[in-house]
Amino acid sequence: MKDMIERLAFCIEKGKVDKDAPYPPELKDQDGASELTAQLLKSGVSANVILKEALMAGMHAIGEKFGRGRAFIPELLIAAKAMNAAMAHLQPHFESGEVKYRGTFIIGTVSGDLHDIGKNIVRMVLKGNGWNVIDLGVDVQAEEFISTLEEIPDAFIGLSALLTTTMMSMESTVQALKQKFPENKIFIGGAPVSPEFNKRIGADGYFREPQSLVRHLATIV
Amino acid sequence: MKKVFNTLAHPGEKELIFGRARYPLKTRKGLVIGGGKVYPELNFTLPPMNINAQTLPEIKNIYRSVITDACDRALELNSPGLVIELELLIEMTLNPDFAYEITAVIAEELNACFHKRGLKTAFRVTPNDTRDKNRPPVMRSGELLDKILITFEKCAKAGGELLSIESTGGKEIHDDALLNCDLEKAVFALSIMGARDMEFLWEKICKIAKETNTVAAGDTACGFANTAMVLAQKKFIPRIFAALDRVAAIPRSLVAYEQGAVGPGKDCGYENPFLKAITGYPMSMEGKTAACAHSSPLGNIAGAVCDLWSNESVQNIKLLGGMAPTVSLEQLIYDCRLMNQTDNDSALVLRDLMIRSDAYLDPQAYIFKPENIIAISKAIVNQPSPYLRTKAAVETAFDILHKALKEGELTLPPLEESWIHVIEESIQRLPSDEQQFIEQIMPKLDSSKFIAGEYDL
Ligand code: B12
Repeated sequence: MKDMIERLAFCIEKGKVDKDAPYPPELKDQDGASELTAQLLKSGVSANVILKEALMAGMHAIGEKFGRGRAFIPELLIAAKAMNAAMAHLQPHFESGEVKYRGTFIIGTVSGDLHDIGKNIVRMVLKGNGWNVIDLGVDVQAEEFISTLEEIPDAFIGLSALLTTTMMSMESTVQALKQKFPENKIFIGGAPVSPEFNKRIGADGYFREPQSLVRHLATIV
Repeated sequence: MKKVFNTLAHPGEKELIFGRARYPLKTRKGLVIGGGKVYPELNFTLPPMNINAQTLPEIKNIYRSVITDACDRALELNSPGLVIELELLIEMTLNPDFAYEITAVIAEELNACFHKRGLKTAFRVTPNDTRDKNRPPVMRSGELLDKILITFEKCAKAGGELLSIESTGGKEIHDDALLNCDLEKAVFALSIMGARDMEFLWEKICKIAKETNTVAAGDTACGFANTAMVLAQKKFIPRIFAALDRVAAIPRSLVAYEQGAVGPGKDCGYENPFLKAITGYPMSMEGKTAACAHSSPLGNIAGAVCDLWSNESVQNIKLLGGMAPTVSLEQLIYDCRLMNQTDNDSALVLRDLMIRSDAYLDPQAYIFKPENIIAISKAIVNQPSPYLRTKAAVETAFDILHKALKEGELTLPPLEESWIHVIEESIQRLPSDEQQFIEQIMPKLDSSKFIAGEYDL
């Protein structure tokens, strides 16, 4: 069984979605993430073990490579696709409460700002690390973050800003959120923001890239 | 009437050189751009602050002081001319009256400096493509589009002279294409969606330019190929992909000139050297002196065929040598001084040094070698439509890069090598018929991301 779990982790890392998937060429015609997950479940392996030891392990491996400059984003994306294919089989187990996400993370680009490539990468990396991510998109008003938090009061928040002029909306968003939800952690990122800015606006952490955010989250959850 | 480019305005490598364009542009205050000299083009942005009616007076003061300082420095350093670019921020395009007032302040300063102190200047204004604010974006109607056009008109009336934009038609699909390194979708986004939207938008901008007696200067594929360049710089996508995305953007940006734009093309359009070869219009470029805004592998080579030399953008913050825009301008002025010291022979020597210092270190630089600019531009003008031009550009550039890699003129990091084959296969999948291409790609697109009708699809 251990062997199959490792094979599934490898399929996730390599982005082998299912048997028919042409990518990667070296795994052509072999079972992919979808088939292996179904087989593992059938043979009685718990959804929790599959999630942690195969899916998250595979995503962790590719995420680490990416973090060290040994893989490109498209490789991360295809791994995420394989992960999604596997997750489809685990969905009923999430619904029954048998397996749980690490937590919920609400992310968005602040109001006035339309840059989202960086934010989308953060979303992808968080998902790969077992987080339930709610992406509110770009140009997100403080009220939207607030109403989403009202629905999921224990969620973490991530704000992205790429313009010097929208750093101000980041500040006002943090203020509005902290006023209503002083306990929820708010993390920030984006090219113009900095640790000093984080401190000044009263957010709970600046991260240059998603891997360090994930590592930080692991220490507090 | 659409202008047709089916031959090169600069067919020879030796004619492709900084400061000299086949069709120079004479501005109101007598600057001749592309007429033998390179001029600095200064761009700047606000420090962290809100933009609203309350802060507008402060914003105008900031811009005024940036401009007076810049004019002073230009005069102190004997700059023969100065181009200022006001790249609007989104709230300004959403409130055209803000844009009008800010433009008027800058124009007033530039006029005063010209009349009292004789500094020849030109003034570019770049409204934002805010259509992307609502997603999927409505491209051809609605309040956002109206405000963009009103902003152009107001800024033109307030004293802006050169009109540019970084339009975003096709970005809905291109962002994902980039992250997935999907060349077919990138080609679709640029050559079908982008080119169609450019035609729609630039017909309108050229009309405004005509009515307001201003210059339709050109568009840039910033949201496309510069995004690719930044991602490649971060090692997020292969550089060879970014190089091919750049050449795929050329026919899209050419559409502005087909609609009547005459340059100077805007600084962040690294497709400009190709556009200069094709159109003969002067072009602005940015390179090492734009490191204040973003890193690039093109610091020197970007200057090889420029007519304006820009810093792309810098925040108005204090440095030891003065405020950052003034410091940045000084660097630009010295770069231009050096280029302007040359005669025809030494200009070629300097140009070739700029080229040699960068060309062999990155595929994105290698395509900027003059012989490659000419070969790729030729392949483009030999084809009749944006799609076929894009296909030809990508094929030609791939062959050039492939050969350089095989012959060892260029090397790629090992991580990129496996991508060469993937990219080659996707190029081979580009059919020779546009309709067939559309039918091939449309089912693969996420239809929630864009409105097909906005592109006649
Ligand atoms: C690509 C780009 C665009 C694209 C955006 C495409 C898209 N879908 O996002 C387009 C063309 C649309 C665009 C538009 C504009 N842009 Co722009 N853009 C850029 C550019 C070149 C790269 C940004 C990028 O995608 N980087 C790659 C990603 C992966 O990096 P990243 O965003 O930094 O994200 C990473 C980290 O920061 C971090 N991160 C990000 N968010 C978060 C959040 C959290 C919680 C965490 C933990 C981490 C994190 O993780 C990411 C992965 O490592 C930058 C240049 C620069 N130096 O950043 C300019 C830049 C940001 N843009 C700029 C400008 C001026 C504009 C425009 C106003 C231009 C115009 N004339 O219209 C418009 C504004 C539109 C708007 N209202 O937002 C300026 C900003 C200047 C200023 N005043 O601040 C810049 C700096 C360019 C420049 N030097 O002039 N832009």
